[in-house]
Amino acid sequence: MTIPLNWFLVLAAGLFCIGLFGVLSRRNAIGILMGIELMLNAVNINLVAFWRYLDPANLTGQVFAIFVFAVAAAEVAVGLALVIAIYRNRDTVVVEEIDLLKQ
Amino acid sequence: MIQEFFFNITWLIPVFPFLAFVIILIFTQDNPKLSHSLSIGAIALSWLIGWGVVFSAIATPHLGEHPISKTVGWFETGAMTFNIGYWIDPLMAVALFMVPFVCLMIFIYSVGYMGYGTEEQDPNYSRFFAYIALFATGMLGLVISENLLTLFMSWEIMGLCSYLLIGFWFQKNYPDPNQITPRQAGLKAFLVTKVGDLFLMLGIIYLYSQAGSLSYADTLFNQEFLVRLAETPALPIFGGWSAASAIAALFFGGAVGKSAQFPLHVWLPDAMEGPTPVSALIHAATMVSAGVFLVARIFPLLNVVVELEHHNPTMGLIAFIGAFTAIFSSIIAVAQDDIKGVLAFSTVSQLGYMIAALGIGAYVAATFHLITHAFFKALLFMGSGSVIIGCHHEQDMMEMGGLRKKMPKTFWTFLAGGLALSGFPLITAGFWSKDEILAHAWEEFMHYGTASWPFFVWLLLTIAAFLTAFYTARQISLTFLGKPRGHHAEHAHETPNTMTIPLILLAFFAVTLGWLGIPEEISGYGNNFWHHFVGHEFPSTPLSLPVMLLSSGLALGGLGLGWLVYGRKPLVQGQMDPLEKSMKSIRLGWLYKAMENRFYFDELYRATFINGAVKLADVFYNFDYHWVVDPIVNLVARIARGISDFFSKFDEKIIDGLVNLTGLSGVKLSDLGGITDLKVVDGIVNGIADLTAWIGDNVLRPIQTGKLQNYLLILLISMLAIIGIYLVY
Repeated sequence: MTIPLNWFLVLAAGLFCIGLFGVLSRRNAIGILMGIELMLNAVNINLVAFWRYLDPANLTGQVFAIFVFAVAAAEVAVGLALVIAIYRNRDTVVVEEIDLLKQ
Repeated sequence: MIQEFFFNITWLIPVFPFLAFVIILIFTQDNPKLSHSLSIGAIALSWLIGWGVVFSAIATPHLGEHPISKTVGWFETGAMTFNIGYWIDPLMAVALFMVPFVCLMIFIYSVGYMGYGTEEQDPNYSRFFAYIALFATGMLGLVISENLLTLFMSWEIMGLCSYLLIGFWFQKNYPDPNQITPRQAGLKAFLVTKVGDLFLMLGIIYLYSQAGSLSYADTLFNQEFLVRLAETPALPIFGGWSAASAIAALFFGGAVGKSAQFPLHVWLPDAMEGPTPVSALIHAATMVSAGVFLVARIFPLLNVVVELEHHNPTMGLIAFIGAFTAIFSSIIAVAQDDIKGVLAFSTVSQLGYMIAALGIGAYVAATFHLITHAFFKALLFMGSGSVIIGCHHEQDMMEMGGLRKKMPKTFWTFLAGGLALSGFPLITAGFWSKDEILAHAWEEFMHYGTASWPFFVWLLLTIAAFLTAFYTARQISLTFLGKPRGHHAEHAHETPNTMTIPLILLAFFAVTLGWLGIPEEISGYGNNFWHHFVGHEFPSTPLSLPVMLLSSGLALGGLGLGWLVYGRKPLVQGQMDPLEKSMKSIRLGWLYKAMENRFYFDELYRATFINGAVKLADVFYNFDYHWVVDPIVNLVARIARGISDFFSKFDEKIIDGLVNLTGLSGVKLSDLGGITDLKVVDGIVNGIADLTAWIGDNVLRPIQTGKLQNYLLILLISMLAIIGIYLVY
């Protein structure tokens, strides 16, 4: 028995929504970063699932997913470095308090 | 061959002094030695060439009939070409014998007189040599010139130099305001000679209008033209004269000015204010004889009338003026105390002799006397200059005396010149030349009888000859004999060689030159050189023993009387002139005073011409300022002012009103523009700005919260909206 594509899509959509909720609701900047990671991985699930079910002859979806991992890793590295820098300066990681542009 | 050579380079004669003049004036003013060397060198070259030409001319047969003329084109006016060139004939040759040599002697003499290398060296030493070089240019140019135009130019150059050199010591002022200063004398000479020059110019113009040419070859030496001129009646102003006589009379007017003949003689005695070399050069030897030279030059013009009509009114005029001048100025010379004053009047008198000689047709005798006189009068002037320098610038003969021992060279040369001037028989030049004039006058008078003008001419000249000898003896006695009467004379000294050597050379000529004109009957040589060379077309004057005895007697008598009065018992200091004393004793003191004051001619001219000119100027001044011109001008000005007042009012009221109205409306219009600008344009602009600010404040600023989640939320909602729209459509 083969698992249908829809299941993967629903899983990915659920995961994306969890991530989005995290991004919008968390006050901690690290939590927001984590939410972003969830959203990116939801996309990766979609990419791999579409490749497996629609075009298995070419390595398109897998390669795309690998790119996303690499970019996500880089993004997290930069994002965490920024958060640490902000923390050192302002003693907080709460995004509502980080409103330098507004002032 | 050699003659050709000299005839080809004749034109160089006036060029050298001119170059010297230019170079001295521009470059060597600071270097007296170089300046006088240039001047003397230039005149020496002119002299060498000049004598080369003279001797070549003497060696040329029939020069009188075939004068040599060389010309080049000079300038053109209309169809007429004027030439510049030179003319070689016997008259030119004899003048060229005298002029450069006398110039050279005087140039050398000037080195001493102007005090070269001594404390008394003149501050304008170089300029003096420049001026005399320019003068030599003029005189030599006049002698060699080929036409009347260049003759006139040279004539005027000399006039200018005469003015500059008489006024050479222009800074000099005298305590006595009536004594003429050098600059006044220069001006006087210039103006008086200008009167004559005007006549000369009129003569030239008249001649040109008749001949259409001014060259000698076309006019004075063109027999056909001369005859035509003698037959043409002159302009009505000349009465019934022929054109030839009228032109000659106008030319003679020029000579009267230049040669200081009565009534224009007044400038020459005052010209003695110039340095003595100038007096010797210009006012004794050369320039003043230029007038005589001119009359001799135009002699063909006089002669042709005589040939045709046997008498010529112009010649009568010339003879009378000459003879009158001769006697008149020799009378004045007797009573002059200034050593140069005597010589000045003597010069005027001797020039009168020459003029009178030309007037009676004694062409040869006149030229002869012209040349001999130039030598001995230059000698006398230079001798007097030597005396003046020796006596530390003392000029009054009454303060001199006893210089014979102190200045022997000057004395002996002066004596030679003086004897020549008085016509000491047989050995001196003056005797032969003067005797020839008197002989000619005698012959004329014998021909016409005692009721004719030649008789008066002869009589006047004979008396003048006696007076000449008398005042010469007086001058020599007062100056050189007896004891010194002034401290300057006591401390007199002989002058340097530069002054005495020219004296000796001139003294030689003053004696020997006369031998050239010894009548053939006496010399036994059968050939009167002078007459043969200068005027063999004229019949020679026969020797007249009574005249010769008479003039010898007059010369000796005059000299003897002079010596008796002044020389035998020399004057002592403060003594009155014996002549004055004796004249006073016979109630003629007024005459002596008149002679001393030159017969009051200066005063007469002052009262008439000068004051007349001043009065005339006053009349014109009043005419101009008070009577006519200024009142008219003022009236016109007043009218003009009235008119301009009217226009000014018109301007103020009407035009200004219009202008102001225009201005006012401009101001109003621009006010309106300003309001429009402020209210409407600014309102729109401000409204836009206000709107923008309001939108920023109330719309855009609130959505920029600076909170990350707000932005993300907006992003999300926007995405959903976009997707929703996409899905719906």
